[in-house]
Amino acid sequence: MATNDGAKTLSENGAKTLSEKVWDRHVVQSSDGEPDLLYIDLHLVHEVTSPQAFDGLRLSHRTVRKPNLTVATEDHNVPTTDIDQPIADPISAKQVDTLRANCDEFGVKLYSMGDINQGIVHVIGPELGMTQPGMTVVCGDSHTSTHGAFGALAFGIGTSEVEHVLATQTLPQPHQETMAITITGELPEGSTAKDVVLAVLKQVDTGGGIGAIAEFRGPVIEALSMEGRMTVCNMSIEFGAKAGLIAPDATTFEYLKGRPNAPTGADWDAAVADWSTLVTDEGATFDREVVIDGSTIVPYMTWGTNPGQVEAISGSVPNPADFADAGARDAAERALDYMGLSAGTPFRDVKVDTVFIGSCTNSRIEDLRAAAAVAKGRKVKDGMRTLVVPGSGLVKAQAEEEGLHEIFKEAGFDWREPGCSMCLAMNPDKLVVGERSASTSNRNFEGRQGRGGRTHLVSPAVAAATAIAGTFATPADLD
Amino acid sequence: MEPVAIVQGTAVPLDRSDVDTDQIIPSDWLKRVERTGFEKGLFSEWRDGEDFVLNDEAYAGATILLGGPNFGTGSSREHAVWAIQQYGFAAVISSRFGPIFKNNATKNGLVPCEVDASVAEKLMAAVQADPSLEITIDVERATLEAPAIDLEASFDLSESIRTRLLGGLDDIALTLQNADAIDTFEASRPSYMA
Ligand code: SF4
Repeated sequence: MATNDGAKTLSENGAKTLSEKVWDRHVVQSSDGEPDLLYIDLHLVHEVTSPQAFDGLRLSHRTVRKPNLTVATEDHNVPTTDIDQPIADPISAKQVDTLRANCDEFGVKLYSMGDINQGIVHVIGPELGMTQPGMTVVCGDSHTSTHGAFGALAFGIGTSEVEHVLATQTLPQPHQETMAITITGELPEGSTAKDVVLAVLKQVDTGGGIGAIAEFRGPVIEALSMEGRMTVCNMSIEFGAKAGLIAPDATTFEYLKGRPNAPTGADWDAAVADWSTLVTDEGATFDREVVIDGSTIVPYMTWGTNPGQVEAISGSVPNPADFADAGARDAAERALDYMGLSAGTPFRDVKVDTVFIGSCTNSRIEDLRAAAAVAKGRKVKDGMRTLVVPGSGLVKAQAEEEGLHEIFKEAGFDWREPGCSMCLAMNPDKLVVGERSASTSNRNFEGRQGRGGRTHLVSPAVAAATAIAGTFATPADLD
Repeated sequence: MEPVAIVQGTAVPLDRSDVDTDQIIPSDWLKRVERTGFEKGLFSEWRDGEDFVLNDEAYAGATILLGGPNFGTGSSREHAVWAIQQYGFAAVISSRFGPIFKNNATKNGLVPCEVDASVAEKLMAAVQADPSLEITIDVERATLEAPAIDLEASFDLSESIRTRLLGGLDDIALTLQNADAIDTFEASRPSYMA
């Protein structure tokens, strides 16, 4: 069975979807039976997936073709306390030092620990105005899909591809199917962008997007802020999609206007005119379609060890025996065993040890505002460990200007320095064996937040409410 | 990368769905700046368990990793491919791969055999029953054969990836043959995009 990389299904009437438009603008070279060679407008780099790529360049005597389209930051390994001290873990320190040396040698701009522009790679791209509609954005990181919120075609790549982009500013890419995920109606009060994407995961599961580029659309998506849209696109990879994107609109332009790398003056007007054409044409068709009624979306959490294992917080631990599919039943059994949960227990009775508010899913200013609104005037449950980790130096500064850090501190939350932190536990912020967390991040895999740790994915508002209640709770439960 | 045309040998049955790359190689191992030495990290959280299938003597020396559905989902870490390869596997079989993992595999000459679910299930049962079952994967023909159980199946492999695997070709060198096209494209980009 041979598939043709060049094969592509266009709607018969010539109408194109948003992702097809962005794709087509970047084709450098196209030939039958070969993947298209796509030009890359923005390449984001971090310390974990780049050292072997820079090594490869050196070995083959190549240079970085476009240093000005390449930006690096330190995020995965950095500590979130005492950042004026050298990194204590020698292996982490070496990785960060290697990035610094590589950026220096190859002329790549780097935002280092302590710089106000440093932060999680997917937070800084947008906030510095580097991520723009219609761009192709790549990074050696699966959550690159975050940038799709701007109508960019943004996807994660492996280290070999990082090297490829560094050397050529292009990437060969086979065509993908298109997928429309439409959220109709209106979100009920108390439901957030995180709940929207958890609802998608609940419906399409971890494999439902494999082989596709997903476009999120419909009134619920249009009503979301840029922060909310980023939260939704961020988790596209969790249902297997290559990328997730949203058509740029007035909300997008307003967010971008005046940011450091955004076009200015006449360029701005030209850019906005152009960006406004980046919508799915009337009559364009998608290979897959999913429709979710937004009014049914409630606060959700994951209960298992993959992000498709989602239930409403008002519900209870599912019974594996109720799963019709043998594979899903097996996976549920193994998950409950790992998570230390028994079927039928109401989630609101499950005790939580640690609350983590952060990660490229939910560490932006709006996320911190949502959590602070819940924390305000309340106290964290005795014995609860909490970490509030802003996504970047700029988010931290903004939050402090608004006094959010004081609200958190007064309530008993631990206010930290920016980075990936407990999202993947490459720095000292880790769960210990058996410790249970309510986390605003994107992955609940076994050991993701530390060996033997038990992760439940939730929204920032739910995380804050849970920190106060001590068991899973929504803000409404606190009244 | 080394050319690969045929992978022949026995398989280890890893009978779980949704084995993500965090499981294949936990994040502690991602701090290394080298490209080698990842075999010890392969499934390191599970390897302590005596009954973990990789510790089963019956499967020692296997060159094929037989996974459940949704194998290699999650993080983009290419370290997952390096770990599998450096441990001694030359091919991975699953009914569905995480796309970044699958792509990373092809960049390193690890053959990803994406087969129909029925084929994967049949193989899983057969390899669990008989660890010595011989499997042959032919990259040129994109086929997988296990004569002892009368199985012959094809798997999905695009023409361009097949050529790269068979020739051990360096993608960057191939792309740089189009350097003129890249120059031309670059000249046409809007100035405000730098
Ligand atoms: S915050 Fe988590 S998911 Fe996001 S880039 Fe960092 S480690 Fe990856």
